Amino acid sequence: MATLVNPNLIDQVKQSDAFNAAACMNCGICTAVCPMGIEHLPRELFRYVLLGLEEDLLAHRDAVYSCLLCRLCEVNCPAEVHIAGNVRTLRHYLNQAVFHVKRMPRARKATTG
Amino acid sequence: MAISTTHTIGILADNLESRKSVLPIPKDAVTHWADGLNLPRGGETVLYTGQMYQLIPYIEALVTQERKLGDSWLASFSGVGRFVNRFINIAALMGRPSPEERQRYERIPRNVARLLQKVGLEFGILYEEDWYSGALMYDLGEDEVVSAHAAKVYRIFQKYGVKRVITIDPHTTNMLRSVYPKWIPDYQLRVQSYLELLAEYGFTPDHPVGGEVTVHDSCVYARYEHIIDEPRFLLNGVGLAVKEPVHSKSRTWCCGGPAESLFPAKAEAAAKQRVNELAQLSSQGVTMCPICWVNLEKATDGRIHFQDISEWLCAGLAPTE
Ligand code: SF4
Ligand code: SF4
Repeated sequence: MATLVNPNLIDQVKQSDAFNAAACMNCGICTAVCPMGIEHLPRELFRYVLLGLEEDLLAHRDAVYSCLLCRLCEVNCPAEVHIAGNVRTLRHYLNQAVFHVKRMPRARKATTG
Repeated sequence: MAISTTHTIGILADNLESRKSVLPIPKDAVTHWADGLNLPRGGETVLYTGQMYQLIPYIEALVTQERKLGDSWLASFSGVGRFVNRFINIAALMGRPSPEERQRYERIPRNVARLLQKVGLEFGILYEEDWYSGALMYDLGEDEVVSAHAAKVYRIFQKYGVKRVITIDPHTTNMLRSVYPKWIPDYQLRVQSYLELLAEYGFTPDHPVGGEVTVHDSCVYARYEHIIDEPRFLLNGVGLAVKEPVHSKSRTWCCGGPAESLFPAKAEAAAKQRVNELAQLSSQGVTMCPICWVNLEKATDGRIHFQDISEWLCAGLAPTE
């Protein structure tokens, strides 16, 4: 099966310059230290975004949502990749692109709590 | 999780937008901890709970019911569920924690108030205007919803002329100190965890506690907010010897809690892994976040007992009654 490439993926995902996936040098330290044993996070997923491999990104969306944002990878990353921030950015993209999460019209009566 | 994720995130977003919390709980449950303390409303310095400790027993009551139904505690909400949720507060109908469960968590802000009074700090609270910070929605990447919520929270602080906020848990500390300023121009609040303040004011107990504990650092305190030395200083100050696990301080291991709402099974596996490490060191564990506390305590199998750090510090105070 041919792999579809979406050359605009990075621009669709990226909200600001804080998404610094390009800094990743694919050393694998993050994968080695991750307490969740998430193999595809973050280096492969970031690579998919940079290469426009949207299908691969979507296929591994569970990894994006199961990240704890614990930053253990980040403090060990030699390239200062904003891993947790990048994962949040991917979620923002997937919330809309896959799950079509839209803010519903405001509820008529708000209770407190 | 694919089917439920839309609705889970949607329900949480709807709730935060219209009810100012991801899981709205009764007003009384937010403020009950302060009954009888006669704390003033507002003031330049306020103790802010962000509802975190109060929320846990409600989430746990939900989890217990939902576990029978699927992998995620909100998985059973259908599209219809989300629609109805806009008008009726479904989450609040789903589970009611026992008074004992609630009391276990309400003790923590009470403890903190006592500890702050011990070092001579004067502060007020915001009662029912002490809102949830939006941390979970921020983690899910829904910045638009959370930034709008942050603006509302900030207006409350302005209304009361608040200049300094004392926080109780890592997630509220991080949101108010490091996230809100990104969105709110001229953000003027000084935000400190009570642990930082107690250390700064040189908290000393009325009597030593003694004993040996192991400590679980919260990822957010340790790696986001760099609060590492203060809890150790305070625990040592009450006479407790602290045994450090391999993964501690800036290398701490997560309790798994952040995965709980979408992947409970993975969250549990992460908690067990962490408990295995800590239980080798001591039968007494210290946590400093309500999410760590509940997640690790659920995974102990009786090998280790976890208590919030405020309980350990209050053990060094003379009884009030
Ligand atoms: S540790 Fe940093 S540089 Fe290395 S693979 Fe992970 S993100 Fe890339
Ligand atoms: S932030 Fe996510 S990817 Fe990094 S170590 Fe923690 S769980 Fe793993």
